[in-house]
Amino acid sequence: MENIKVIAFSLRDEEYGLNIDYVQSIERLSPITRVPNVPSYVKGVINLRGNIIPLIDLQSKLNLGQVEYSESTRVIIVKFEEIELGFIVDKTSNVINIPSDAIEAAASSGFNTDHFEGIAKYEGQLIILVNLKEIIKTEANESDVED
Amino acid sequence: MDLNNYLEMFIEESKEHLQSINDELLKLESDSTNTAIVNEIFRSAHTLKGMAGSMGFDDLASLTHEMENVLDLLRNSKLTITSEIMDVIFKCVDLIERMVDSIESGGDGKENVTEVVTQLKKIQNPNHTELVSASREVAATAEFVLDEFQATVISEATKSGMNIYQIKVSLDTNCVMKSIRAYLVFQAAEELGELIQTIPTVEQIEEEKFEDSFTLLMLSERSSQEIHAALINVSEVREVIVDERTGIENPEMANSSATVESEKVESVNRQQNKEDSNVAKKKQRSKSIRVDIDKLDQLMNLFSELIIDRGRLDQIARKSQLSELTETVEHMTRISTDLQGLILNMRMVQVEQVFNRFPRMIRDLAKELNKKVQLVIEGSETELDRTVIDEIGDPLVHLLRNALDHGLETAEERAATNKVEEGTISLKAYQSGNHVFIEVSDDGKGINREKVLNKAIERAVVSEAEAKTLTDQQVYSLLFSSGFSTADKISDISGRGVGLDVVKTKIESLGGLITIDSTPGNGSVFHIQLPLTLSIIYAMLVKVEEETFAIPFNSIVEITTADENQVTTLQGQKVIQFRGQVVPLVFLNEVLQVPPTNASVDKQQQFIVIVRKGNQSRGIVIDSVVGQQEIVLKSLGGYLTNLPVISGATILGNGQVALIIDSNQFF
Repeated sequence: MENIKVIAFSLRDEEYGLNIDYVQSIERLSPITRVPNVPSYVKGVINLRGNIIPLIDLQSKLNLGQVEYSESTRVIIVKFEEIELGFIVDKTSNVINIPSDAIEAAASSGFNTDHFEGIAKYEGQLIILVNLKEIIKTEANESDVED
Repeated sequence: MDLNNYLEMFIEESKEHLQSINDELLKLESDSTNTAIVNEIFRSAHTLKGMAGSMGFDDLASLTHEMENVLDLLRNSKLTITSEIMDVIFKCVDLIERMVDSIESGGDGKENVTEVVTQLKKIQNPNHTELVSASREVAATAEFVLDEFQATVISEATKSGMNIYQIKVSLDTNCVMKSIRAYLVFQAAEELGELIQTIPTVEQIEEEKFEDSFTLLMLSERSSQEIHAALINVSEVREVIVDERTGIENPEMANSSATVESEKVESVNRQQNKEDSNVAKKKQRSKSIRVDIDKLDQLMNLFSELIIDRGRLDQIARKSQLSELTETVEHMTRISTDLQGLILNMRMVQVEQVFNRFPRMIRDLAKELNKKVQLVIEGSETELDRTVIDEIGDPLVHLLRNALDHGLETAEERAATNKVEEGTISLKAYQSGNHVFIEVSDDGKGINREKVLNKAIERAVVSEAEAKTLTDQQVYSLLFSSGFSTADKISDISGRGVGLDVVKTKIESLGGLITIDSTPGNGSVFHIQLPLTLSIIYAMLVKVEEETFAIPFNSIVEITTADENQVTTLQGQKVIQFRGQVVPLVFLNEVLQVPPTNASVDKQQQFIVIVRKGNQSRGIVIDSVVGQQEIVLKSLGGYLTNLPVISGATILGNGQVALIIDSNQFF
């Protein structure tokens, strides 16, 4: 049976998971430079060891509202194909192994399915698995529209 | 041994050798008696052959070997150089180049070499065909290059008692359909035994690419008389010479003894040339290593991190007022400044890398167009950033082709206008300040102003009224507008309707400029201005509210201040008067949606950065000026693309990111 390794993190009081294959590193929040004329969930860019990385506030991207950043706020640096960016999340917990049969398709639970791959049941918790490809793709489309 | 590790090295070095062969061949063309040049070519070819052989690219090795044989005859004065020989060698070099390219792109480096090999062989033995009919010995040595499979077939067959024959068939000189006769000969031969190979190849014979004789290699149980009788019966066959071959059973042996022999010759020659080869070696051996450009980029990134840390250390040192710490930080600052210069320098490459492929191109093109031309190259030692070098080749190719195709007249036309028959195209590079200039000029007929204008009006690029007011420069620059071609017919050379607009776009994407000057009857000059490097630029750091932005220096004309009352409006657009000119204002805080802070209450005086594009100006309104600085240009990555007004970002001394303003977008 196959396991999926995900990085678990929280947004508000909900638990989310991101496939570890896409994750480059987890960073503390560093000073952000605002970028003009971008969607509001794009918080700006940071300098990550000499590379410029755009940051997305995942909470506002997923329409969960916005909270103040705290000591526990982290940035998950992901790389999908050639695109590198960082997700701002409330806090990261740990890396967990989820058996693939413990994942339920997001569609069957009847909520906005675009951004999610599925829901994993893990030790009594529900973890929402983020669909990175969709999140990045819709970004590009939306900013195109704004142009 | 895993050859893949060496593949890259092999490709790089092969290319170097090919380039040097090309260069030397061009020299040889103008100085055909100079055996030192032939020696130089020979050495490169020999090295190339050796490398290809040891990498297992046998086709490449054997083709180079044939070329080497010809060169060997040339340098020993057994042959004199003719333009035909040069052409064949050039063709051969092209083929080798294609093979190397194929290997580079992951292919097997195989090309159809038969034609060139035959030509090379013909050079080595020009009397080949005549000699064969004259003497049997020579006929027997006509070279069949057997592959392994054929060799095995032959050795197996001879073991089982078959004979191997080399048969030379000559057709009547006035035979009309040679290929059909040849086909009949093949048919007759196939009834008698098995055909192994033919010279020229069957395909070539079918296409009638042979004089009036061809040679077959065949296996048969029959006697040579029987074969002779059968083949001579085909009508219009003038002569059949059947030779029984014995020496061919073991082709490997024959081959290796031949190579031993040629190796021996080489070593003798090498001894002869020992002295001048030593000289040449000393000259060429500059100590260098190849570094992947990505590694340099990485080094640069790491280095900018170091600079940021240095900045922090500097602050800490100042606060702590420990003299030892301060001294150390100062020392570190000096060293890192030197280091920065060095790293930037490492990315610089001489334009020679691009320029050196042009002489060959011009030569071929001139031949094709039947024009006489001399290419003069100056300043090939000028250095440019590697990233620019990689991009500049194509536009230059286009401009040179353009100069040769449209700029220069034919020899007759030139003679008619009292010019020397041989035209001159010159390619010149030089550095000035933070820019490198490249000029492509020709002494041809120049640009026909009227023709350009008529075309522009015809294509609705300008209106007739506008056309009357244009300066010469403006007219010439119409050539860069898209879809514009002044050539009466689109020629193959200038690239099927792709115009100069592509060149202009490319140059501008490199942060450069291109302009044209022309004098009717005396030729035209294309000026290209390029930034020294794409990764480091001079910029003015400015502040809007609390945010810092960088404005590239090359578009800035001046920085000025203006009082509130100097700003007036024209049709709602805020403008100032600056040196007698009305300059529209761009408020950066509005364009960039900078959130206002409390500190912005008192704004009696405004800083205005005057930027220019062409002959238009804009004033960018900012809050304060931080200062000028060299900044490292960074891309915003694949996620944030096509941002308005922002062209990239840079990292400041405090580790923060500042966005770079693309002031061209304000126009």
